[in-house]
Amino acid sequence: MTRALSDVKRRRIDELIAHTSDAGGVSLLRDAGRRLVRNPTAIVGAAIIVLFLIIAIFAPLVAPHDPVQRFPELTQNLTVDTIPGAQAGHPLGSDPLGRDFASRMIYGARQTLFVGVLATLIGLLAGVLLGAVAGAVGGWVDAVVMRLTDVMLALPSLLLAITLVALARESSQWTVIVAVAIVNVPIFARLLRGSMLAQRESDHVLAARALGVKQRHIVSRHMLPNSLTAVIVQATLTFAVAILDAAALSFLGLGDPDINRAEWGLMLGVDGVRYFEVRPELAYYPALAIILVALGFTLLGESIREALDPKNRR
Amino acid sequence: MLRVISRRLVQLAVTLLALTTLVFFWLRSLPGGPVDALLGERATPQTRELLTRALGYDQPIWVQYGKFLQNVVTGNFGNSIRTGEPVTEVIGRAFPATVELAVAAIIIAIGLGVPLGYLAARHRGRVLDNATIIVTLVGISIPIFFLGYLLKDWLTQGVHVFPPSGRISTGLDNTDVTGFFVLDGLLTRELDASADALWHLVLPAVTLATIPLAIIIRITRASVLDVLDEDYIRTADAKGLRSPTIRKRHVLRNALLPVVTIIGLQTGALLAGAVLTEKVYNWGGLGTLITDSISGSRDYPVLQALILLAAVVFIVVNLVVDLSYAVIDPRVRVR
Amino acid sequence: MPLLDVRDLSVVFQRKGTRPVRAVDGVSFTVEPGQTVGLVGESGCGKSVTSLAIMGLLPRRGNKVTGEVRFDETDLLKLRPQDLRDWRGRDIGMIFQDPLSSLNPVIPLGLQVAEVLERHQGRTRKAALKQARDLLDAVGIPDPDRRLDEFPHQLSGGMRQRALIAIALACKPRLLIADEPTTALDVTIQAQILTLLKELVDDSGTALVMITHDLGVVAGLCDTVNVLYAGKVVERAYRHQLFAEPRHPYTHGLLQSVPRLDVDRGERLHQIRGSVSDNIPWSEGCAFAPRCDRVIDDCIGETVPLEPTFRGGALRCTNPVPQEVPA
Repeated sequence: MTRALSDVKRRRIDELIAHTSDAGGVSLLRDAGRRLVRNPTAIVGAAIIVLFLIIAIFAPLVAPHDPVQRFPELTQNLTVDTIPGAQAGHPLGSDPLGRDFASRMIYGARQTLFVGVLATLIGLLAGVLLGAVAGAVGGWVDAVVMRLTDVMLALPSLLLAITLVALARESSQWTVIVAVAIVNVPIFARLLRGSMLAQRESDHVLAARALGVKQRHIVSRHMLPNSLTAVIVQATLTFAVAILDAAALSFLGLGDPDINRAEWGLMLGVDGVRYFEVRPELAYYPALAIILVALGFTLLGESIREALDPKNRR
Repeated sequence: MLRVISRRLVQLAVTLLALTTLVFFWLRSLPGGPVDALLGERATPQTRELLTRALGYDQPIWVQYGKFLQNVVTGNFGNSIRTGEPVTEVIGRAFPATVELAVAAIIIAIGLGVPLGYLAARHRGRVLDNATIIVTLVGISIPIFFLGYLLKDWLTQGVHVFPPSGRISTGLDNTDVTGFFVLDGLLTRELDASADALWHLVLPAVTLATIPLAIIIRITRASVLDVLDEDYIRTADAKGLRSPTIRKRHVLRNALLPVVTIIGLQTGALLAGAVLTEKVYNWGGLGTLITDSISGSRDYPVLQALILLAAVVFIVVNLVVDLSYAVIDPRVRVR
Repeated sequence: MPLLDVRDLSVVFQRKGTRPVRAVDGVSFTVEPGQTVGLVGESGCGKSVTSLAIMGLLPRRGNKVTGEVRFDETDLLKLRPQDLRDWRGRDIGMIFQDPLSSLNPVIPLGLQVAEVLERHQGRTRKAALKQARDLLDAVGIPDPDRRLDEFPHQLSGGMRQRALIAIALACKPRLLIADEPTTALDVTIQAQILTLLKELVDDSGTALVMITHDLGVVAGLCDTVNVLYAGKVVERAYRHQLFAEPRHPYTHGLLQSVPRLDVDRGERLHQIRGSVSDNIPWSEGCAFAPRCDRVIDDCIGETVPLEPTFRGGALRCTNPVPQEVPA
């Protein structure tokens, strides 16, 4: 060829290609992450959660008082139909026992986080274990696990939680946590199993099998990681439901019997409701806190799901 | 079709059997067993033994289990510990109240949820859509018993728009025919009773409808958006069909498929919401019954029957949903 | 006077937070009444987007369409969306690639055909269904009476595509756009569908725009062929011309990469090196240059224009494949 391409032009081509093509081969996850940080919904959700975490972790530093201490200046003004409101040193006033309500709200973040995280985590671990075994082994193990989840899912979730707590020997904070956790076990189990089954037939697992990869490795390296994204989304959403369920149990008199415990669901479901006509703030603040945190986790969970959805429409 | 029904009925039976078995053994695993549960811990040994024999708890466990199953099948759940009445009677009395409440709630949830979800999808990204999304998010994040108290506080205290609690005004002498007060009033031509009962129904029904409403809106919206992206909608557009025809004939019917499933699930979940709502409004239905049987000493016979009832309702509702699916979706019909 | 005159059609996709993508970049071509015109190119070259833009079927959000689409002297791009609905289905029919997803799964086939007739010819439901039956018969669907009440999932892939053809041709449009109509079908069915299309188009005098990546389809069907690359027409020629003497190195490469029975088995199939992601912007020269065997310095620098050839075609190349016989 007589009129070949000169080096200058060749470099120009390389330059143009580098400039035009988006960094090729961006992984799905990184792509999802990029969509996530660009999504204002996700940012709002994450901001709420971070704020909530900071308050929970640094509660002793943020709170003006000890959450269980009863203050004479508050108790002396307590009557059947008056609970002292805001005053010097007590920005949100008193609770029905003459304790500093603001401090209880702040420490409440800690307890609520504790209940929500543990209930979610226990449910997740048990569910994932069951689902993974059912999905990986198949056969009668799968059948048994699925019938078990059928039974658990035959009751609406809150009703199952109520039943579990009601059947427990005695109530404590742990009965609430465990009951809410158990309710979520079948959801996680089915989610994981469904995702594993779908993957068992998928091309990348078939390819791994064809290459002679061991079954154990296929499950742990190829199937589980892919299923876990769905589980993470579900866990984020579950957290919101868990603290709402815990509040409902408290409202029904099935909550933690410890009167010193400052937990939003407990504060709303017991005192908040009982003294609603005397001092509705006792309900408003914990309710608002619960709504905000539930909202935060829901927003984040949905944004993650959206970011992971290859269709990415909604 | 028949095969689907029979398979689901078998599944129902298996689930119920498993559930009863679990409840049976759980009750017997409690410290002191059901006798203590019935008598409390301070009963004398004589009373305890008498009751143990009377209830057949001295017999081997499988005999007890067989007897228990037999009782369940024949609808004999024993007597309530609290009131001493037969469990079936206690439940029968409370049942209509909850059904009335649940039906009202589901009518609100579907009647508002589907159109709102559809409108939000059509106006995607605009003010209406964003407002709907925010409201539904708050709707699923709010503890509904708190919402109940809020509504009660706003609309029954100062302004007296709605009655604060109960199913009917105390002075009203309504005839009880079916136990459904709104229906009774219509049947007996006591229209004032019907209106009064309806008036009492509004706030509890709205409270109970909140979560299913929010969920139905979200699912409808998402589903309509999905369908709008489908190839067959593009085909319909390519045919030059007018927008209303496309919406009614092509979009809506396909979009309703996932919504129907959600409606089934939510109808079952209403029973759980009813426990909270009924407590707020002192409604006196199954929810109140559940609350009463778990507070203080636990009324296990009632509780056990309620659990089984809830499971039956839940499974039957979802069976109905599956069947209605077949009506809407020809792909299911053939199988 | 051409039936369809596409002038300088451009489609730019713009999504929030991403760089705009120019999917169709100043495409012009014409279709005479009764003529069959091919739009050929690999996936992503803009051929499907072109067809959707002509029909006004691109989603309303996230894209910008410029240029002119003159159909019978009317610029379709200037019509209000509701007015364009009067043209679609009546004057221009369209069939799509995936016949299963393109038919509504919950509506009986009969109604899916009949509703076009109801809409554009004012037929009653009964008359429309009767005509639908005849249409299904005409596209070779056996037992059409029974099929009227059946649903898409009960039909085979080939039958579904026949049904889509029946829908598109129901109102005897003057133009039919077929977007990869055989790609989703079995090879044995593909030939049947193409034969059917050719028969129907020839009988009714309908003009056809055939969009495909398959040069075999073009060879059997098209009068004129437009080869698209990266959103632009790079070569236009009469069918025989194109197959006998491709001038653009891309067209040449495409033809070389078709397996042929009359070539020695030992010879390796030609392939075009690189991929679409190696393209450079048209504003900087020829987009195909990085993949081109015949690239020279003149290919880089400024946009290469589409210039008419002696034989009634057009070519966008600075260093075309030489002709064997000098013109």
